[in-house]
Amino acid sequence: MLAHQFILNGQTVTVETPSDLPLLWVLRDVLGVRGPKYGCGVGVCGACTSHLDGEAFRPCIHPVGSLSGHEVMTIEGLGAQGLHPVQQAWIDEDVAQCGFCQPGQIMAAVALLRKNAHPTDADIDAAMSENVCRCGTYVRIRAAIKRAALLLRSGAGVTGG
Amino acid sequence: MADALEADTAAPGGLDRRGFLTWVVASPTLMIAARMGLDVPAADATEVPVTATETPLSLYIALQLDGRVVTTLPRTEMGQGITTAVAMLVAEELDVALDAVDVRSADADPRWLIQLTGLSSTMRYLTGPLRAAAAEARARLVTAAALRWRVLAPTLTTSQGEVRAPDGRRLGYGELAEEAARVLLPLVSTRPKPESQYTVVGRPTGRIDALDIVTGAARYALDLDLPGALPTVVARPPTLRGAVQSFNDGVARTMPGVVGVVWLPSGVAVAARTFAQAFAARDALQVSWTPGPASTLSDVDIRSRLRDAIGPRPLPPLLTTRTVEGRFDFPYLAHAPMETQSCLAHVRGTSAEVWLGAQDPKYAQREVARALGWDLTPQRVTVHVTRAGGGFGRRFFNQAAVEAALVSRAIGQPVKLMWSRNDDMRHGHFRPASHHRILAHLGLGGSILGWHHRAAIPTVELPHGFGDVLTALLGEALPDATSAVFFAISQRIPYRFGFASHELREVPIPIPTASFRSVFTSQVGVANEVFVDQLARELQVDPVALRRSRLPSNSRLKAVLDKVVSVGQWGRALPPGVAQGVAVLEEWESAIAHLIEVDVSSGTPRVLRVVIAADVGLPINPKGIEAQLQGAAVDAMSTTLSAGLHIDSGAVREGSFADYRWLRMKHVPSDIQVHLVRSDDRVGGVGELGYPSAAAALTNAIARATGTMPTRFPILDEGV
Repeated sequence: MLAHQFILNGQTVTVETPSDLPLLWVLRDVLGVRGPKYGCGVGVCGACTSHLDGEAFRPCIHPVGSLSGHEVMTIEGLGAQGLHPVQQAWIDEDVAQCGFCQPGQIMAAVALLRKNAHPTDADIDAAMSENVCRCGTYVRIRAAIKRAALLLRSGAGVTGG
Repeated sequence: MADALEADTAAPGGLDRRGFLTWVVASPTLMIAARMGLDVPAADATEVPVTATETPLSLYIALQLDGRVVTTLPRTEMGQGITTAVAMLVAEELDVALDAVDVRSADADPRWLIQLTGLSSTMRYLTGPLRAAAAEARARLVTAAALRWRVLAPTLTTSQGEVRAPDGRRLGYGELAEEAARVLLPLVSTRPKPESQYTVVGRPTGRIDALDIVTGAARYALDLDLPGALPTVVARPPTLRGAVQSFNDGVARTMPGVVGVVWLPSGVAVAARTFAQAFAARDALQVSWTPGPASTLSDVDIRSRLRDAIGPRPLPPLLTTRTVEGRFDFPYLAHAPMETQSCLAHVRGTSAEVWLGAQDPKYAQREVARALGWDLTPQRVTVHVTRAGGGFGRRFFNQAAVEAALVSRAIGQPVKLMWSRNDDMRHGHFRPASHHRILAHLGLGGSILGWHHRAAIPTVELPHGFGDVLTALLGEALPDATSAVFFAISQRIPYRFGFASHELREVPIPIPTASFRSVFTSQVGVANEVFVDQLARELQVDPVALRRSRLPSNSRLKAVLDKVVSVGQWGRALPPGVAQGVAVLEEWESAIAHLIEVDVSSGTPRVLRVVIAADVGLPINPKGIEAQLQGAAVDAMSTTLSAGLHIDSGAVREGSFADYRWLRMKHVPSDIQVHLVRSDDRVGGVGELGYPSAAAALTNAIARATGTMPTRFPILDEGV
């Protein structure tokens, strides 16, 4: 059992767990951060998608031991200072149905827009096809990403992003 | 979560014009219960006080001192948007802001007339009682204000959660909630508004839980805080319904974080401090398994059993000159909701509490009680209903609750039990495979004399029946009879095709089954609409023209079909390899048509465009209806093209979304258009409506693009 220190949603946290414990369970079971969801545990569904140093990653297959000094952001951190434009676009387009995959979808979309302010349909396909939505909200996810891109380019708040 | 109801009391309520009984429930603040008029007595009988403490009810609405309106329903939000639609109806009738309405799912309780979420029934069954209850509440609030101000009640108006007087005085509903509870007789009409005055209902409205969802605050069963609840997973057999013969947990028990190991009928459970530790210890168990009852069966055996059950052809009608036959095969499907089967449970001595997103909480209560040996006292089990991360029929079954309760009792601590994705894919209840034979009997001059569809399908387990006490008992005791009745009442074709009949051949195959979105129509209705196109080819007529000519003149289907034909530009010039397909469905008191364009030029069909027209009557929330129909179209595209299960010696081959190929963003067109056609103001069903004709329209488009009618699904199956 080792102490692992990393930055979570802007705060330094220290947890004492085995190094190989996947971060998802450190978040959910040890720290009580429940926005990231378990959907598969093997990195194929995207329900837990969060950010590691600003890039989308999969906490379900990422051991906590490799995080020292790194920054993790979950959906809870994204909207901490008011809704991120992507979250606002998700509300405006009324994307969610059951909602279970949406924290992961939103985090994947934020990571895409950070790298690419003008995503084409093909860019969206490439960035978002690792996130499953079993309710089939893809049409609205695509529309929300385009709306968020407009919001971001027009200088709407980028807090938390 | 929802609260226990106090004993109902005597204040008389009323019957609205459509026969929904409402009454005041004893409570410090105004509380109105309502129920559907299934067994409503004659109107004058409602003047007699309603005294029974066991009065069955459909829902209740409670005014709070802070002015909020809490609506409690025996229904479960699984993504279908019912909480938003219900809040809209309440806000409309009560004249309160949408965000002043809270909608809660009720605990399991025998007094709920129907406590089942499925069969596209929520809005069909609850809209009337909701309107009646909210209108009754509004009338009592107005009356309370009139009595306080000593003015004539009909001079008062309501708006934004306030009663307003002509002289400008205002009172918020919260301030009137106590007095309104003591109003003996409303002094203004308790009738709901006419639809023509609606300002909230019918307006496209975003979900009331959108903010919670996008901030990660929405709570599913495993997100709830139940202090001390231990993460728990279960080692399961390699084959369906296999059982534990013996096991060695010597290593597992010594692993970090492990708290307990419990032998269950379904496997061996491990409770630990974190799920990761529970999974690790599960993997260290050494278990010997008894193979399950299907372990001698693989796809090829199942398919031949289904084919064998079809039997010889019936005699054709007189004057038949030619019979055209179509055969179709559908696979087993996993519902694969994003949230795997999950449950929190705390069993203490003689009572138990469970939390889960159940589609039939009363059945969950019975199942858990039975597992704990409390068959005769199921009320010892409290079932709290949480929001669910997708249902699609899977959450009619509650094995996770049974397992969680058994583990909690065995280790004497609360647990949070989760199925892994593998568990969910490989040990679920599945939409059964099926084989279909359709015979179209043709006469001279292109006449159609008969249509005979025989479907061989393993018995669909419907232990919930139709949600009422009687059919739920039947569903558990006589599953094959219940399945047959459901088939008989639900399967038909809308066309004038002479003598038409649909027969079910139930085939006993020991693989667990469940209803799936659209139930039998997900197979029978799809095959029918695909074969209608085949018939059009045989008769050398346009498939739209054939459908139009065979639909009754007053059919709602004609209007929705015409809509997709005109908006989707049926018959427009398309490049080589691209084609259109159409299909229609009338069910759940609604009608729908799909037009789909597909490109097969690369060898792999790619959907380019989907145009949907639906007549659901009064569209309570057009945005929510659009979402349901878009989602059902994605389900249909997924299962028609690429997602299906394989059975290898009694085991399910697919284990996750890596090999169960539900469509991803890159496979779905950027536009799935939904057009609403409103022929009247009935409230039709939506959730199950959008699947069958989407699957058939896609298949028909592929047939037209390739020249070959697909008959086996999923079309891109490589895994035989």
